[in-house]
Amino acid sequence: MNAILFSALWGIVMMFSGVFVKRKSTVSLLAIIGIVLLFVANAIELNTYQPFFYIDSWDMLRVNSFNLSFLAVVFGCTLLFFLLSASDILKVGEHGGEYFALIFFVLCGISLCATFNTLLILFIGIEIMSIPLYILTGSDKRNLKSNEAALKYFLMGSFFTGVMLMGIAFIYGGNPSASFYIDNIQLGKDALNPMIATGLVLLLISLSFKVSAAPFHFWTPDVYDGAPTVFTSFMATIVKVGAFFAFVRLFENSFGKIHTQWQTLIVVITVSTLLIGNITAVFQQSVKRMMAYSSIAQAGFMLFALFALNERAKEGLVLYSAAYSVATIGFFAILIKMKDYTIEGFNGMGQTNPVLGITATIFLLSLTGIPLTAGFQSKFYMLMAAVENGAHFWVVIAAVLLAAVSAYYYFRVIQAIWFKQPANANPVNEEEVSGSFKLLLIISAILIIVLGVYPELLIQWLYH
Amino acid sequence: MGEFITFPELFIWLPLLAGLLAFFLKGNSAKNWATFSSLIVLAVVVASLFYSDDKQYASYNRVNYYWLKQIGNSFFVGLDSTSRLLALLTAIAFPVIFITTSKNNYKNPAAFYGLMLLSQSGLMGVFVSMDALLFYFFWELALIPVYFLCSRWGGEKRIQTTFKFFVYTFAGSLLMLAGILYVYMHTSQRVFEDGTVSSHSFALHSFMSTMLSIKEQGWLFALFFIAFAIKMPIFPFHTWQPDTYDQSPTSVTMVMSAVMVKMGLFAVMRWLIPVLPAGALAHANMVIILCVIGILYASCIALVQDNIKKLIAYSSIAHIGLMCAAIFTFKEIGVQGAVIQLFSHGINILGMWVVFDIVERQTGVKNISQLGGIATKAPVLTIFLVIIALANIALPLTNAFVGEFMMFGGLFQLNPWYAFAAVISIILAATYTLNMIRKAFYGEVSPAVQGMKDIGFAEKSALAGLVLLILLFGIMPQPMIEFTKDALKNILAVLPK
Repeated sequence: MNAILFSALWGIVMMFSGVFVKRKSTVSLLAIIGIVLLFVANAIELNTYQPFFYIDSWDMLRVNSFNLSFLAVVFGCTLLFFLLSASDILKVGEHGGEYFALIFFVLCGISLCATFNTLLILFIGIEIMSIPLYILTGSDKRNLKSNEAALKYFLMGSFFTGVMLMGIAFIYGGNPSASFYIDNIQLGKDALNPMIATGLVLLLISLSFKVSAAPFHFWTPDVYDGAPTVFTSFMATIVKVGAFFAFVRLFENSFGKIHTQWQTLIVVITVSTLLIGNITAVFQQSVKRMMAYSSIAQAGFMLFALFALNERAKEGLVLYSAAYSVATIGFFAILIKMKDYTIEGFNGMGQTNPVLGITATIFLLSLTGIPLTAGFQSKFYMLMAAVENGAHFWVVIAAVLLAAVSAYYYFRVIQAIWFKQPANANPVNEEEVSGSFKLLLIISAILIIVLGVYPELLIQWLYH
Repeated sequence: MGEFITFPELFIWLPLLAGLLAFFLKGNSAKNWATFSSLIVLAVVVASLFYSDDKQYASYNRVNYYWLKQIGNSFFVGLDSTSRLLALLTAIAFPVIFITTSKNNYKNPAAFYGLMLLSQSGLMGVFVSMDALLFYFFWELALIPVYFLCSRWGGEKRIQTTFKFFVYTFAGSLLMLAGILYVYMHTSQRVFEDGTVSSHSFALHSFMSTMLSIKEQGWLFALFFIAFAIKMPIFPFHTWQPDTYDQSPTSVTMVMSAVMVKMGLFAVMRWLIPVLPAGALAHANMVIILCVIGILYASCIALVQDNIKKLIAYSSIAHIGLMCAAIFTFKEIGVQGAVIQLFSHGINILGMWVVFDIVERQTGVKNISQLGGIATKAPVLTIFLVIIALANIALPLTNAFVGEFMMFGGLFQLNPWYAFAAVISIILAATYTLNMIRKAFYGEVSPAVQGMKDIGFAEKSALAGLVLLILLFGIMPQPMIEFTKDALKNILAVLPK
């Protein structure tokens, strides 16, 4: 509850900061203060279960330690994102305060998505989360690619919003109790009510679009490539895991009882997402575009949470959110500082900028899933959950083989960093790399290793 | 000592800490530090041999810490005779490598020696871990430093070649991970001393007491065996090896061929057969046939190799194939022979690489056709080489003879035709090894060899140590046979009669 209120309020504060504050550094400071407050407010609620202001939501929102700790992960990652990239956000255009405002609104949407208990709140949450993103994608106004991406994202996003609304309508209509509450959907006496079934499939499709799962992923590479790189980093990580959490929360609470009936659909989506994401990423020359495909591939692993739908899977999803977000945000922060976004652009970075080289390597190793990194543990938890579920063991084998494929493209960057000779000029914009930036990268890398060695730090927190 | 720290922990932590420290040293001090710390590890491993009596010193050799309790994992390490033997091999290999290659100058020595020591730590971890997840961690951790070493300090085509090696082994180990998870889900619950209950367990003994059907064991065997077969490597998974050996810096090749390939064989004995006995039994024939094909195939290719590094790589494929085949005979004599040969082969191949590293460093060539007459320039080196080469082809009175003889005995008991086919490899080995010596070390002095000098004291003493081991275990194999006896009980006792 705290999270929803504070994020919306701080969004408004940030919106007006453009009017009253002239210095850019003050704007980013304000944003960092806001996210810290948000994190603290959420942590207090997590510890006491008492929001600052109690508002009766007629049970349309439901708060428990699990979704609050997920929000803590989201806010923590956003804090890291701000600390690493706030200066780059301000470089995108003149209206720095507004970008931060939009990001806070997205966080408000994510908070709704994490705590919803009716389909209506889910819809509002998803919309609040998506609309600011359309703007952020097109925020580089003079860049044609950015405009194209924004339009494409907006059109396709609205279409799938329609699909989602349709699904909600079907479920409402097919439900004898005429209720929007997600745990009150009557699935039918003997066979599954066809209206509910249709609604289920429509919701599955629209949410698959939001998390960029194949075959609804076509927008992802273009949008991620066209958007300003800082916002790509935000969209590919924090927004994506927020949508995933909503996805899992909805399907667990509403349709968990008939899991076996739609599990096959999830199998198809999971395998095709892993396949398309990993195989296509191999052929990319631009690292930014490669990361777009790799984010599709990582979504494939997160889909195992839906495939398995047990306690282990939910733990795994939170761990995955943290591991994947930290590594990706860190890697994108480095990518922004590069002069050239192709793989050759990384040549020899290990020699010219050892700190950036080492941390980028750790981030990439984590994304690949090498043991003793958080990325390994999160993939491991997902696979463990899937095996525990018992059905379709072949999916696990397919997933590990495709994870081996992912090593191919992540390691191409590592090879460029360490084993290739640098071109004449420094591959990094050195003047933009400050000491505190390096320190933050080192802290993120340490965080990844700590979570990789002892993931229960985070997981114990879920049930504290 | 037992309450404070145990031997297997020391084996892991000493090289790990030394390696991390080495990253911060400058220039030659990294090299000296690596040599010094690896000698300390050797001393610790040798000391552990005196405390190998499990009844009296159980607390010295085994320890179990809480780690990831909720999923039933713990930091569980322990020693048995096979792991002691391989830990000893690892501990001998590293100082020998550091001493004999000390004249090679590597760019950025701190990183080089740091990574070398990290890989030693990973290897030790593989040999001592008694928990499946821990084993998997070390299995990968041994690989990563080696990948960086080969790609950073290797030959011209190093990047592609090492990458192929990496992707191969990574894919294999991920399949193993899927297999581990499947077995894990069929283990019984584990109660920790502090009351935490996890519904399943990763401990080796829980893995061994799972009730899996023969059909499940059959396909699980394939998942595990592919990972191990790639590492060893067994035909048809061997294609990464010759190129990788050729392109890697020789000191890393030594690590790979002397110790790393043993990981696969060790894992078969420690994990595969005890956990999936029925699967192993069902597939034994197929594995042996693959091995025999590999032995003959690799020996034949070695016959026509001009590149010495590739020649040794192929000869190594043949030797490893024989060991694997012998393990899968499930005959007492065959398995014990393979255990002994794990150690002997490590020593012999290490010696071969040491000699050829010296030759390559001094002449700059690695092709037999460009060499000739080294014996006149470096007689002492040649004497050492001849002894090592004779050991490599398993002549009596050398260490390898004992192991190979026993392995052929096992194969013969199982099926004389297998033994017959495999014995051909000894003849072929003699042909290509002696041929190589004749061309490269005797005859006319070739232009490349003109400037060669004989070896110095450090190299002499390292090689003398290896030759001493070769002769010692060749003339007096009984202590080794006694020592490896209890390795058999883990492997053979679990098999259905």
